[in-house]
Amino acid sequence: MQRTALDFWVGLFVLIGIAATMILSMKVGNLNVYNTSQNYVLTGHFENIGGLKVRAPVKSAGVVVGRVTDIQFSTQTYDAVVTMSLDSRFPFPKDTFASILTAGLLGEQYIGLAAGGDEAMLKDGDKLMKTNSAMVLEELIGRFLFDKASQSD
Amino acid sequence: MFKRIVSGIRSIGHRVIESIWRLGLASRFFMLVLLKSGTSFRRFGLVVRELYYSGVLSLIIIVVSGLFVGMVLGLQGYETLQKYGSESAVGTLVALSLVRELGPVVAALLFASRAGSAITAEIGLMKATEQLEAMALMAVDPIARIVAPRFWAGVISMPLLAAIFSVMGIYGGHLVTVIFIGVDEGSYWSQMQSAVDFRFDILNGFIKSCFFGVAVTAIAVFEGYNAPPTAEGVSGATTRTVVTSSLVILGLDFILTAFMFRGVS
Repeated sequence: MQRTALDFWVGLFVLIGIAATMILSMKVGNLNVYNTSQNYVLTGHFENIGGLKVRAPVKSAGVVVGRVTDIQFSTQTYDAVVTMSLDSRFPFPKDTFASILTAGLLGEQYIGLAAGGDEAMLKDGDKLMKTNSAMVLEELIGRFLFDKASQSD
Repeated sequence: MFKRIVSGIRSIGHRVIESIWRLGLASRFFMLVLLKSGTSFRRFGLVVRELYYSGVLSLIIIVVSGLFVGMVLGLQGYETLQKYGSESAVGTLVALSLVRELGPVVAALLFASRAGSAITAEIGLMKATEQLEAMALMAVDPIARIVAPRFWAGVISMPLLAAIFSVMGIYGGHLVTVIFIGVDEGSYWSQMQSAVDFRFDILNGFIKSCFFGVAVTAIAVFEGYNAPPTAEGVSGATTRTVVTSSLVILGLDFILTAFMFRGVS
């Protein structure tokens, strides 16, 4: 085979390979702002995180604004400490309310942020003061039964 | 009786020593290839030539099998997911299984049988016809001139082939589920994008395919270079290349998966 033809085919092969890698990262992997842009880290204490997992999305008004990066158990307060990394394009007020919600009936769990009205904004490393735990089905049923029982008295 | 037991133990010992000796030989040969691969980068034309034979000529089998693997994944995934009313997650299923496992592993298996066997047969035949010795007599190092370019060509082409395989599979799944069956196109892509993570899935799959590329081509050049210089020797070495690299790929895949995806949900 002639040298120029060989070079052409190899060049084409390498280009197709690189294009495939690009398609994988852009179209399939959705390589987006969370890997490249500036982030700031927040922590929040939750009484019960239910089925929340590391890398779960943090959403506000349904839009993904960050990801959960770490979940630890605190032996001081006996609750779960959730660390999340938020895109610094989206600053939130100090009194932002964080709650653990579920996408759909059986879907994955995520953290929903509801912005408050405070003038001061949350900074890197701040702690979210207002949190709301995950709904646990057994507790919900238990409360419902308890209410029913107390009504019938 | 006693003698028989002793000879049995001795044969086990002989086999173990033999295989360890062979492993040592292989790793010394691998180090030698790495040490002498300067030439293949100074004269990159040598690597380009081998890239044509191991990469470009493997393209057709990779593209066609990627397409069909993706189509089958789409069909089977749809059949199962449909029972739970979540057929829109079929894109996630196809993409995750291809990018994480099937892309690197099946592409490496195909590469081992398509390009690895060819490398072994070529080098083995060169040895059998004493071309390598002739080269050494002319003060041309056969490892630097013959072995290292083939090794690096395989290492370069393997990740590219795996990526092409995954992309073809994802489009194959798209063809079957979206165009033939009628799953919603938007949810096919969007659910896939929300589930596939660049670092955890795509980068790990890429790293896997790099490991497989090194393993397959290292085995292929070693078997070829150490083939007994007879017709039977070359054919045996070619068979051993395919068998050993397939087993190594699957074993390595388990080890790499255990390290990469442990504790990550």
